[in-house]
This record gives sequence, structure tokens and C-alpha cells, in this order.
Amino acid sequence: MTRPTLTRRAALAGLGAALTAPAIRPSMAQSAPIKIGVLHSLSGTMAISETALRDTVLMMVEYQNSKGGLLGRRLEAVVVDPASNWPLFAEKARELLQVHKVDVTFGCWTSVSRKSVLPVFEELNGMLFYPVQYEGEEESRNIFYTGAAPNQQAIPAVEYLMSADGGGAQRIVLLGTDYVYPRTTNRILRGFLNSKGIGNADIMEEYTPFGHSDWQGIVTRVKAFANQGKKTAIVSTINGDANVPFYRELGNQGIKAEDIPCVAFSVGEEELAGIDTRPLVGHLAAWNYFMSVQSPANTEFKNLWQAYIKNPRRVTNDPMEATYTGFNMWAQAVAAARTTAVDAVRTSVIGQEFAAPAGYTEKMLPNHHLSKPVMIGEVQADGQFNIVWKTPTVVPAENWSQFIPENANRRRG
Amino acid sequence: MRFLLVLLLLLAPLTGRAQDAFSDALPGLGGGFAQQAEATDRLGALGDPRAVPILRALSDGRLLKRPDGTLLIREGDRVTEVATGAAADPAGAEPLRINNRVRQALRGALGRLSLVSPDPAERLAAAEAVFRSRSVENIPLLEAALARETLSRVRERLELALAASRMASPDEAAKRAGIAALGETSSAEARGILLEARATNPALAGEIDAAIASIDRRLTIRHAFETLFQGLSLGSVLLLAALGLAVTFGVMGVINMAHGEFVMLGAYTTFVMQEALRDIPGLAPWSLPLSVPAAFLVAAACGAALERGLIRHLYGRPLETLLLTFGVGMMIQQAVRLGFGAQNREVSSPPWMQGTLELPLGVMVTQNRLWILVFSLAVLGLTVAAIRFTRFGLEMRAVTQNRRIASAMGIRTGRVDALTFAFGSGIAGIAGVALSQIDNVSPNLGTGYIIDSFMVVVFGGVGSLAGTLVGAMTLGVVNKMLEPFAGVVLAKVFVLVAIMFFIQRRPRGLFALKGRAAEQ
Repeated sequence: MTRPTLTRRAALAGLGAALTAPAIRPSMAQSAPIKIGVLHSLSGTMAISETALRDTVLMMVEYQNSKGGLLGRRLEAVVVDPASNWPLFAEKARELLQVHKVDVTFGCWTSVSRKSVLPVFEELNGMLFYPVQYEGEEESRNIFYTGAAPNQQAIPAVEYLMSADGGGAQRIVLLGTDYVYPRTTNRILRGFLNSKGIGNADIMEEYTPFGHSDWQGIVTRVKAFANQGKKTAIVSTINGDANVPFYRELGNQGIKAEDIPCVAFSVGEEELAGIDTRPLVGHLAAWNYFMSVQSPANTEFKNLWQAYIKNPRRVTNDPMEATYTGFNMWAQAVAAARTTAVDAVRTSVIGQEFAAPAGYTEKMLPNHHLSKPVMIGEVQADGQFNIVWKTPTVVPAENWSQFIPENANRRRG
Repeated sequence: MRFLLVLLLLLAPLTGRAQDAFSDALPGLGGGFAQQAEATDRLGALGDPRAVPILRALSDGRLLKRPDGTLLIREGDRVTEVATGAAADPAGAEPLRINNRVRQALRGALGRLSLVSPDPAERLAAAEAVFRSRSVENIPLLEAALARETLSRVRERLELALAASRMASPDEAAKRAGIAALGETSSAEARGILLEARATNPALAGEIDAAIASIDRRLTIRHAFETLFQGLSLGSVLLLAALGLAVTFGVMGVINMAHGEFVMLGAYTTFVMQEALRDIPGLAPWSLPLSVPAAFLVAAACGAALERGLIRHLYGRPLETLLLTFGVGMMIQQAVRLGFGAQNREVSSPPWMQGTLELPLGVMVTQNRLWILVFSLAVLGLTVAAIRFTRFGLEMRAVTQNRRIASAMGIRTGRVDALTFAFGSGIAGIAGVALSQIDNVSPNLGTGYIIDSFMVVVFGGVGSLAGTLVGAMTLGVVNKMLEPFAGVVLAKVFVLVAIMFFIQRRPRGLFALKGRAAEQ
């Protein structure tokens, strides 16, 4: 029974090879294309955020090809859809590395998806560029983190809320989606707040599932928590499309930024594009880039994007900028190493510098993270952010937070 | 006229000095955030009504600054210089940006300045703003405003603002009066002010505690009502999602896993109607009400097609029906994803569904939730009426109770099956219209509701609409009561576990059907 099947399979494989070989040959003449894997959810609850990142990678591939490719080879994107399904991320990562044999992958948004693909990239020695701010506590030789570590986003944002300009908050509400990023970030923030003299009685912490839509109870409780005679602020690590009903409820219940400001770590221009921002004016977001940054590199980035997407009103945001920066650093590293081999490129990426759209020259550090500026913006009626605070220089990433006791013995930087 | 007089009286002793102080304060508006806030406070304290349009302009982003530092104000197409009022050229001028600190100062200053406004709505907003900014300097202004005020609802607000401002005064007697007045409210903000004062006034702690206790009594009642409303609101969403299923699953016994997708189709119909009617001025505001029949028809048509095309071949084979409808559901989802894209679609809320409504006792309910509660009860009423009082409903009940005898009586059972299924699916479509107002319109919208819907129908008792109503509302209220203690995620787990035990004890649910129908 097995014999005929085997021979048939072998015959089919031979036939397949015979058929595809001529198709490959013409491009082989100029050497095979460099394959770029794109691992972003194009459906499900995270599609609201991740679709734009796929388009950013596709734009960069097209742009790089228009400049003549890399090492004389053309770039080719391989797009897969892990559909906001965390185990599927691992399967798709394996498919990219084993079936498509990609040279580098750009992908993931949620930390749970990154945690899901990490063992795959380590096992198969792939290379992943992860473009979103995250909770830290991780360092893989196969991943480059081009978003912010907690000391480049969460901590400065809470410091701002506690400053005179931010309203002098003395009570903090930590709202998040129930998974690893919000829980770890809030653990770090609790440690930080305790070190600043804000006790646990003045911290409220609540989690909701992905895609949560009924926010009335939580927002009512936040209001009650805020009326205890101390200035209160919300720190939101809510991810994905649950933000839309959350902000709608804030608006409906009349929570004004002057009274209870809400600073979000996962809401950017792209997420705001779907909601009426007039009731939200003054609420904040902390990022390392805003579309409203004035810099020549940003003008170039915005023009490239709006021309590629053929829509002069499409917005850019921080993870897109991190994708753009990561892609450019990878391209520079490949050009310097004169190969796309993962091990050679890895050593070559470290130390790469790039004049990022954020208006600063960012550098890849030996801990696989970037040095980045930190910015805090207030939501405007037009869905853009007005930058109300930023660091004077870039801040190097600390992926192992000093506010988690277990990290006391680890090396820093 | 009277207001002008009052204004003149108020300003008379100030005009000479105010002139200079006013011009002195203006340039600060063009500075950094701290300077802006300080200049705003100064302008508010001067009480000069000329500051009102300038501060409004700053708050709306219509105050511009030229590179040489001159401040300009934009009113429609007209741009004038702030200092002189002369027409100016806006070339090169950038709108001034503000932050929350400046916004807070602006609210206080504008509040002070518009306490004398002739418009009662503005006075009300001003009283609210002054209440929040609470400064000693406002006390004489508020006393004067109270002496003039005739409208009771503005008076109420002003008195509250006065009480709050008195708390900031160094005068012990004034504070006592403030504490007493605040203690009579049922306002959570007043409670906050009292708590804040308690920390700095140990001498008054006893009185403050009494006032807080009195507020707390009223707040407890208020919170109980609010929790009840939120529970009913969650229940109404569950009811809407489950009602169609109560017909197709409860009455017909078909396990329709594509039910959630019919809900989603209803939500997308709302989106399509909104886009189609956007440019028709007369109809655009009515797009949401008009979506209700449209969504019903779209979902009902899909339901009829599904029943006639596939399900009727599988009657009596629940497992196959389950698998089939599950597959159909995925196909509908993917079709919508291909047609509309994976990104969420924005369905906007009409103005009458935004904001909060204040009921007696200070209970706050959000408008959109209130409307959905009313709407779900209306849909339930219509469904019951259709089953009870129409010819179609009679035939439907007849076929459910005994198909063969109904057929012998001349009822075309096949047609009734199709209509019943279409009816149930149509109700799911209507649910989609309501859900588009509170949830994200995405291809996965239905997936989130299918489990809850089955849970409600089974818990309430299969085949009983009354059971569906009571089941949905019970689950909603219990969920919301657990939430403050257990958190959103655990509350849901507790409810699920409780239902498991309940079904073990009473497999037929809350309202078990009795008699022959139940035996099938």
C-alpha cells in the first residue's frame, strides 16, 4: 500500500520540479531574490493596528527595489496572515522560515504573538524585527526590538502625569488588556509608583479580554476612584479594537482630559482614525514618534507612505516608523555584511545608525534594542497629536527594568 | 440691559488699572504652557469681558502667533490683531497650542467671566467650571451671581460652586457653611472635595466625616441603581443577540452556528445604509432607524436561503446541521472580509445617542445604552406579538407542536419552516443594528456573541421567549454585580460556572416547557 503512494509522490515531486524549474531560471540568472517575511495580523482584533505595518514593509520592499535592490538582488515580500491567533503566529513563522526560506521577517504586534514565535525563530535561527513598544524582560539573539522598552515609554509617561504640566496625578488607574504586555508593564509601573511614594491604595488595576466592548462598569468605577480627593490619571495598555468602545464610553460619560487624563501606550494616529476625537481632546499618548514631528526625515517618510498608499490623508504612526527604521537598519547591515546570512547580518546590525523620522539619529545597541527619544502627545480634534513634552536627546533602552526585583542581579543596558 | 449694567458696576472701580493689567497679561498667552496658564489665570481674575473672545479663541485653536510675537485672532475668514483689533495678515502665523494645564486654567477663567452671561446654558456651564476650579476669589462673584440668578437649576449649580469655593477660604465659618452645603448633595465630586479638605483641616474632621457619610448614603443608592442599569444594559445586548436564536433554536430546534454572522450582516447593513444615505440631506440623520428594516430584510433573506438551500435537507440531524451552519458562518465571515476588508468599519452614532442622561437621584445613564435597552424590549414585544397574534405565528406554533397534524390541516409546513427561520435570522440582523452602536463593526463581530446567545437560550429554557428575557437580564445583572469584586474576566468565568451547575440541576432551564411539546 505504501510503495505505490511513495512512488507516486516521488513522481509528482519530480514533475513539480520539472515544471517550476524553468519559471525560476530567468530570475536565477540575476541571482535569486532576497525574501522578506511579513508576519502581521490582517484579520481579527489586531487587524486595526497591524494592517498598516504590512503595508509599510511592502512599501519599503518596493522602495528598496526602486533603488536597485540589495547586493544586486531584488527584494521579494512573502505575506502571511496569522489572523490575531497566537498559536497560528508560530505556525506561520515556521512556514516563512522553512517553506519560503525568508532571509528576514518583520512582524508581530502583541507580546503574546512575539512570545509565540520566539522559540521558532531561535530553533530555526531566523531573524525577526519587532516594531512595537513592549514590556521588556526579553532579549533573544534572533529578535531585534525597534520599539520602545518600558524606560523609553511607560516610565517617562507616568512621570509626566505626576509633573505639574501633566496635572500632578497622585492616584493612578492601570487599565489593560489581559495578556503579558499590560500585566508586565503594570508590574513595572507599580514598582515605579511605589518608589515615588504612591502606595497600593492609590493604584487601581483592571484587565479586560481582547475585543472587550462593555466598558460602562469600569468607567463608572474609574470615576468613583477619581473622586477621592486626589488628582487621578488613567494609564491605558488596552490593545486593539477594544479601544474604540473604551474611548466612546469615556466620551459618553463625560470624562474630560482636564479632570482625569488618560495616557495610552498602544493608541496612535492609525487607531484614532476610526473614532470621533472631539470628546477626547487632551487625552494623551506616549510614543517615540508622532506624525506631527517636524523633521526632514519625517517629511520624506510621510511623502513616501502617502504616495505608496495613494491617499494623501493616510496617517503614519510610531510602530510604522519603527518598522521603517528597522528595515533601513537591516538594509544597511546587509549592505555592510555583503550577505543576507543571519549570523553575519546580526553582528552587522548592532551599531547601525539611522536618522529616523522622529528627528533623532537612533542607534542599534548590543542588547538588540534602540536608543530612541521619548515624546508625549495630546489628542487634537483632527486625530493628530500635539507634542507637549519630549526628551532632549535619545534614551538608550533598558529591556530589563530596574523596577522588577528579580532583575537586581542582571546586567543593564 | 440689566446685565450690561451689572457688568459696568463690576468693572467701574477697575477700569483704570485693568486697562494696563489687561494689556500686560496678553503676551503671556503666546508663551510656554506655564506662561499661558498664568496669563489665563490673570485674565480671568481681572474680570474684563474683553478677555472672553480671546480665551475662547485660544481654547479652540483660533489664536495665532506671528514669528514677531504678535497675537492674532481668527474669526471665520477675518484675522485681526488682538492688541489693537486692526485687520492683520495671517501669513506665517501659527495657531497656538495648549495642554491640559492651560485647558484647566481656561475653563476656570472662562467660567468666572461667563457667570454674568445672558445665556442660561452658558451660566450653567460657567457654574460647573467654577465649581471645578474652586478658588477663594470666586466667592464674591458667585454671591453676586446667586443674588441675580432666577433659574433654579442654575442656582443649584451656583450654590454648589459657592460651597466648593468656600472650602478653599481661610475663614472657618465659611468652610463650615461649605461643608454643610456639600454634605447635602449626592455628588461624587463634592465627596472628593470634602476628602481633600479633610487632610488639611484636622479641626473640622468631625463635620467633614458627617457630611461624607451623608453623601455616601445617597451615593450607595445611586450606585446600586447604576449597577442595575448597567446589568440590564448588558442583559439587553444579550437579549437582542439571543432573541433570534430563541426562535430558530428554541422554537425550531435548529442549531444555527451562523447566527452570529447574521448579527454581523445586520451591523454591516447599518454601515452600508449610513454610507448610502450620507449625501442625501433629508435622509442622512435617519440612516440608523432606516437600517432596522433593511437589516431585517438582508438577514432574513440570507436566513431563508440557508434554510431552503441547505438546512431543510438535514432536519432531525443536529450534528450535521451544527457542522454545516458552522461552515456557512465561516464562509459568510470570509465573504464580508473580502467585500469590506478586514479592517473595522466606523458606524457613527446620531447625536441623540451620545452623552449621558441624568435621572432622579443623580443616577447617570449613557444615552446609547438606554436606547438599546428600550429597543431590545420593543423587539421582544414585536416578536411575541408576531408569534401570538398573527396567522404566521399560529401556523408556526402549530408546525412546532405537531408537524403531521398541521400538515394534515392544510398548512404548508415547508413554507412555514422557511419563514420561521427567516424571521429568526431577521431578528439577528436587527440585533446587529444595535450592536453597531456599541461594538466594533468587523467580520468577527458575530463570533463574540454566539456563545453568549446559546448560553442565554439554554439558561432561560429552550422554546420560551419569557425565559430568554429573564435569562438575559439575570445574566447581565449578575455579571455586573460580580464585576467590581472579581474583575471583568473572572466575573464571566464565575457566571459560566454558575450556569453549568444550574443546568445540572435543571436541564430544561429557568422556564421549562411542559406537556407534549417538551417531549420532542
